Amino acid sequence: MVPFAYAAAASAPAAIRHVAQRRDAEFIAGGTDMLQLLQDGVRSPSELIDINRLPMTAIEVGPKGARLGALARMADVADDPRIRAEFPMVAEALLASASPQVRNMASIGGNLLQRTRCLYFRDVATPCNRRAPGTGCPALDGENRLNAILGGSVHCIATYPGDLAVALVALDADVHIDGTRGERTIPVERLHRVPGDAPHLETVLEPGDLITAVTIPAGAAARRSHYLKVRDRASFEFALASAAVGLEVDGGTIRAARVAVGGVATVPWRLRHVEEALVGRPLSADVIHEAARTSSDGAEPRGRNAFKVALLPRTVERALRTVGGLA
Amino acid sequence: MELPRPRRDIELTLRVNGAERPLTLDARTTLLDALRDHLHLTGTKKGCELGQCGACTVLRDGRRIKACLTLAAMQAGAEIVTIEGLAADGALHPVQAAFVEHDGLQCGYCTPGQIMSAVALLREGRTGSDDEIREFMSGNLCRCGAYTNIVAAIRQAADRAA
Repeated sequence: MVPFAYAAAASAPAAIRHVAQRRDAEFIAGGTDMLQLLQDGVRSPSELIDINRLPMTAIEVGPKGARLGALARMADVADDPRIRAEFPMVAEALLASASPQVRNMASIGGNLLQRTRCLYFRDVATPCNRRAPGTGCPALDGENRLNAILGGSVHCIATYPGDLAVALVALDADVHIDGTRGERTIPVERLHRVPGDAPHLETVLEPGDLITAVTIPAGAAARRSHYLKVRDRASFEFALASAAVGLEVDGGTIRAARVAVGGVATVPWRLRHVEEALVGRPLSADVIHEAARTSSDGAEPRGRNAFKVALLPRTVERALRTVGGLA
Repeated sequence: MELPRPRRDIELTLRVNGAERPLTLDARTTLLDALRDHLHLTGTKKGCELGQCGACTVLRDGRRIKACLTLAAMQAGAEIVTIEGLAADGALHPVQAAFVEHDGLQCGYCTPGQIMSAVALLREGRTGSDDEIREFMSGNLCRCGAYTNIVAAIRQAADRAA
């Protein structure tokens, strides 16, 4: 770990101003990803500004939806009975993430910004366009079993690792950002950037931008929802493929569908064409099968990750059958 | 409110096992290194330093965390309990006693972390079934593979606490 200076912020505007002005200054919240990146030398900030004392921990749930403070801990949101009732896929995505200890530490805002687990990104002895722009991408033809089949480019195929963001994208959630030019709100779906020819630009956040909250609209498809995570071991592992699905069913007909997937793409990935294949159709195993089988359309496997092309539709199908009562 | 000037050397007071421990630390010092190298509380173990093994599990304000994944500076004012703070008046904590009774270890290196995690698990009420215990102990690895006896020890401690 290279030396850095530390200060605990007591006010958001002062912290934002400081981080925006100082080259290589970073916020630290739960710290669970940051400490790993520091230990491995992947990040070397000059300053870490601790935001944990800022008053952003509240979890509010009302008839229109939920508001999660950016410093609410993953465990607190996962265990909140209102979240479990109104947004099952959110609670399930959180409970399927990391370990109990990490969930007690990690914040909602920080979780959205956790960095990829691509082996090359995490190993500073190797090239990586995301970590060190222009050095190349050994994952393209290397150890890419965990890498993305969707949303990649010839410069980067690093998988977005999180679970929560996949559920939030499925539910049309928004992320609230405070910055030097004031507050703004954007869909979670627009927070992360596909790598394209600039893999090092991972999000639309600018220097000093601070995530303050996430809001999730309530609805029938949010209430009848499920998060399925398929991984190499039963617990405490990142997804090989995951599906966040929700259905609104009326009189046996699917009125609304939400499908987003994780573990397979460079960003949380919404499958709108699968949703469209479900809406207006009767809720049945056949309809679900036909819709889910197109989940990997457009996939670009790179060798060792080719199994995900078959795994993804099966994951989506099983999640939809579960939430449809057809499992 | 202005931001205090960021510093590379941090003066802080940790509250560990009920005692106030003033320290001056390099800002990079993890809570784990502060406990082991500065306060000489070596019961908390260093395994992977990446949050994967759980050997460094301690309680912060009653909740289990991994001491390797947080800076000591971030824990100023928090109430930290380590394995050394568990036994009261020389009597083992019921979870410690259950690990002894069920031989919930082989080499013992992961054991302080397993026990701290299990103490929190009982408080969280995650002991409804052996599967639930396994799922909510997934943040603690045992390379000797003593899992069967670890689950049995936690089961007994949970049953006795009920």
